[in-house]
Amino acid sequence: MSHLAQIPPVIALLIAGFVALGTILTLLGAIGLVRLPSFYERLHAPTLGTSWGAAGILIGSMLMFSTLGSRLVIHEVFLGLLIMLTTPVTMMVLGRAALHRDRAEGHPPPGTEGPGQPLK
Amino acid sequence: MMLLPHPLVTVILTLLWMVLTGFTLGQLVLGVLAGILGGLAYRRITPQRIIVRRPGAIARLFGRVAGDIVRSNYDVARLILAGGRHRRRRAGFVRIPLDMTSPNGLAVLAVIITATPGTAWIEYEPRNGQLLLHVFDLIEGDDWVRTIKSRYESLLMEIFE
Repeated sequence: MSHLAQIPPVIALLIAGFVALGTILTLLGAIGLVRLPSFYERLHAPTLGTSWGAAGILIGSMLMFSTLGSRLVIHEVFLGLLIMLTTPVTMMVLGRAALHRDRAEGHPPPGTEGPGQPLK
Repeated sequence: MMLLPHPLVTVILTLLWMVLTGFTLGQLVLGVLAGILGGLAYRRITPQRIIVRRPGAIARLFGRVAGDIVRSNYDVARLILAGGRHRRRRAGFVRIPLDMTSPNGLAVLAVIITATPGTAWIEYEPRNGQLLLHVFDLIEGDDWVRTIKSRYESLLMEIFE
């Protein structure tokens, strides 16, 4: 791990801070996914990991590799963008599937009745 | 047949290709090729050319969303930590009538709403423009319809419509 010695302590602390923030948020998202009471509430928890959870780890990675100067640090920007762009697809599929099931079983959750027709 | 039905898609794909492989002339040629093919393929899904206006509005929207994501991350993380002791939190659905019809604007709105912890896009009904959101913490007196419409929808309509 000799290359780690090239990083000044201040930058190392910053990197550690961002990575810790990202991992803690991702962990909290996972805990929420297990512990929250209803399906729709559980949908929210993992978005902690896909927003600032991912951003924290990616910023840490950018800082680290731009300090070491080993490569262009634009990879992380694209990673973050691709995570942000693809998450809504899964979220919508999960949310709509749950709502469809609830409506088909005849007990739509409060607030979802009314103008919206059941999905065909 | 137009070679570049979606210039924006082609540019982004080329850039992504270069980033993933390397900034050399050979990779540039391959990247442009991949970008053009990607743009042509994308036309099959979306014939309408993506038009983006008002860079100022884009910058403002970006700043606003970045701030909101930080704030809602903190809120949701705190609520999860509070766990069972926090019984007053009430989750529920909110229906929001949208005026925006541009598919690209709606796609960006979906990304924003998903990236912000605490709100989840459940379904959108194109026939009447009704969006169904699930909100993790419905605080009394908080006007979600006005929040979504004035904070995001108005700027998105400036950009895409």
